[in-house]
Amino acid sequence: MPFFETNIGIFVLVLGQCLLVMLCVLASLAFIMYGERKVWGLLQLRRGPNVVGPFGILQSFADLLKHVFKEIIVPTESDKVVFFLAPLISFVLALVAWVVVPFDEGWVISNINIGVLYLFAVSSLEVYGVIMGGWASNSKYPFLGSLRSASQMISYEVSIGFIIIGVIISAGSLNLSEIVMAQKGNYGMLNWFWLPHLPMVFFFLVSALAETNRPPFDLPEAEAELVAGYQVEYTSTPYLLFMIGELSAVLLMTALITILFFGGWLSPVSFLPDGFFWMLSKMLLFFFVFSLIKGLVPRYRYDQLMRLGWKVMLPVSLGWVVFVSFMAHFKILNYARW
Amino acid sequence: MLEEYTDKNTLTMNFGPQHPAAHGVLRMVLELDGEIVERVDPHIGLLHRGTEKLMETRTYLQNLPYLDRLDYVAPMNQEHAWCIALETLCNIKISKRASDIRVLFCEIGRVLNHLLNITTQGMDVGALTPIFWGFEEREKLMEFYERASGARLHAAYFRPGGVHQDLPKKLLEDILIWAEGFPEKLDDLEGLLTENRIFKQRNVDIGVVSKKEAIELGFSGVMLRGSGVPWDLRRSQPYETYSEYKFSIPIGKNGDCYDRYLLRIQEMKESINIIKQALKKLEYTVGDDVLVRGKFTPPKRDDMKNSMEALIHHFKLYTEGFRVPKGSIYSCVEAPKGEFGVFIVSDGTNQPYRVKLRAPGFVHLSAMERITKGHQLADVSAILGSLDIVFGEIDR
Repeated sequence: MPFFETNIGIFVLVLGQCLLVMLCVLASLAFIMYGERKVWGLLQLRRGPNVVGPFGILQSFADLLKHVFKEIIVPTESDKVVFFLAPLISFVLALVAWVVVPFDEGWVISNINIGVLYLFAVSSLEVYGVIMGGWASNSKYPFLGSLRSASQMISYEVSIGFIIIGVIISAGSLNLSEIVMAQKGNYGMLNWFWLPHLPMVFFFLVSALAETNRPPFDLPEAEAELVAGYQVEYTSTPYLLFMIGELSAVLLMTALITILFFGGWLSPVSFLPDGFFWMLSKMLLFFFVFSLIKGLVPRYRYDQLMRLGWKVMLPVSLGWVVFVSFMAHFKILNYARW
Repeated sequence: MLEEYTDKNTLTMNFGPQHPAAHGVLRMVLELDGEIVERVDPHIGLLHRGTEKLMETRTYLQNLPYLDRLDYVAPMNQEHAWCIALETLCNIKISKRASDIRVLFCEIGRVLNHLLNITTQGMDVGALTPIFWGFEEREKLMEFYERASGARLHAAYFRPGGVHQDLPKKLLEDILIWAEGFPEKLDDLEGLLTENRIFKQRNVDIGVVSKKEAIELGFSGVMLRGSGVPWDLRRSQPYETYSEYKFSIPIGKNGDCYDRYLLRIQEMKESINIIKQALKKLEYTVGDDVLVRGKFTPPKRDDMKNSMEALIHHFKLYTEGFRVPKGSIYSCVEAPKGEFGVFIVSDGTNQPYRVKLRAPGFVHLSAMERITKGHQLADVSAILGSLDIVFGEIDR
């Protein structure tokens, strides 16, 4: 029996895969951070990072070292255990989610058939990192920040859920790979779900911004009011973990948009081969959009954010589910692909 | 600390002094009911340098640079009030060229100030990009300051009796080139903010000050005009050569943060207008002396080389200073932030007996609680941004 078919062999194999994905994600986060800062730099008539390494490309690693070597300051009145648990949770959950993300046909660590639900569950749990961090700090700014983020993330998860349901109805599967494959067809990018689900693409984009606490929904860390929200009391490595977790969640959202609406690894034109390259470039494209948005928009106020979430996003996405169900049930316009 | 027990469950917290939206060193004690602000208590004085007291032990000319350090966003406008006060007290009539140069730089100061204010107001509601675009332009204006006076910020350029030095021709040309190009840059900036839905949502109907309230609270400048009161010292009691200039004074309607933002944008456009007119007027007075030569101003360099009396005068002026006739005077200018006033009591010596500086920001900040009460926490920084406060002048 070959080694990789024994129990130990499979374990080693999966472990290797996990490490590989983790390493790739973390390494790409460093460069993506750099890229994001360059985008803001261009937007703001600055140069962005340009000192460490050629074109400043190693800036993120310098930052990493800086954070790691700083002193960890623990507020005396804080709950020490939860205080350190919070960044860990947010970091681990952000990485754990990548387990079900398919980068190419078969390129997925765990091809479970409820992939969407898993992702949804994990990204919902991320709110705990924020709440715990804010609460355990035992300080007023973080406390307010965590309160805000709790209600914000929960509100927008609801509409994200409904948007995903629409896609699931179309694809007929909860498996992420199958959702991608349902978008395969002869017309390249016209086969993807963005066309039948066009309004929801924008809604998903907005919800994704809110879910990951990016501007214009970065209320939990609104610097003009709450200084840095739940991160106020964090320094050094715990802070770094929060930052990595946050960025990784953003990257995950770009992956999710790509998979749900833009055909994952499928090529946009039928005469080019499908592959990992497409997945990556689509994700980068959306990340670029996210960065641009961050540079251009002011921040919503708390009540406006809630109003948008519950009075606009929720009814519309709910209505869309009904609409898609109707179209799928009567087999109109290829809405059901199963 | 023991907190008094009440039925109300409010949260007391510090906003500042180390807060990104505190505009310097403001500390506010906020009482929050959830996200709603119940009480705002601004604590000032963290940048207090005792300017008014210090001024009593220095000559009138030595005091001039202190004025730069009040509202350091638009320094020359403060010097202006000081110079006008002394000129009125001593009955000095300055030359037309000097007066036009003053107008020119006052308006540059206004643009400097408003650029900083609208972009930081943007930052207070979360827009990070405008400030960089605005600072690009501010930098150019700072350079004009430097080329006129040698200092980017603390110019000490306006002097009792005129301005320190005449402007080089090239500088005037460059200012004109800048003034031609600036409206376009302003449009870019507006593109980010003016019609931005989120920016509007954050500013429209926030921090409303009624007409009556604005007058009662002693507001001036944009804060007053934003509420619909047509009052601008440049028009209502013209100083310098402002009466010769054609410009309009934009008036707000609702008295909210958004109106004040729009007013500042409009005022910048008007300032460009005035700057262009001033440049035109300066063409006709090339070669005129920009200082009234006499006891209050230094002699020409040339005279000092040839005349003993001129040399002695120079020495006496910069050591002992000039004596100001006994009396008191209040004079004010329309600084970018509002009415900036100087009250001098002179006892006939070379130093003022007492100086009182009226900073517009101080009055505006004191109304903070009245404006902010009942708003959300996030609105505190939006309102603070639109009040346009600088701690150099508030804490003095």
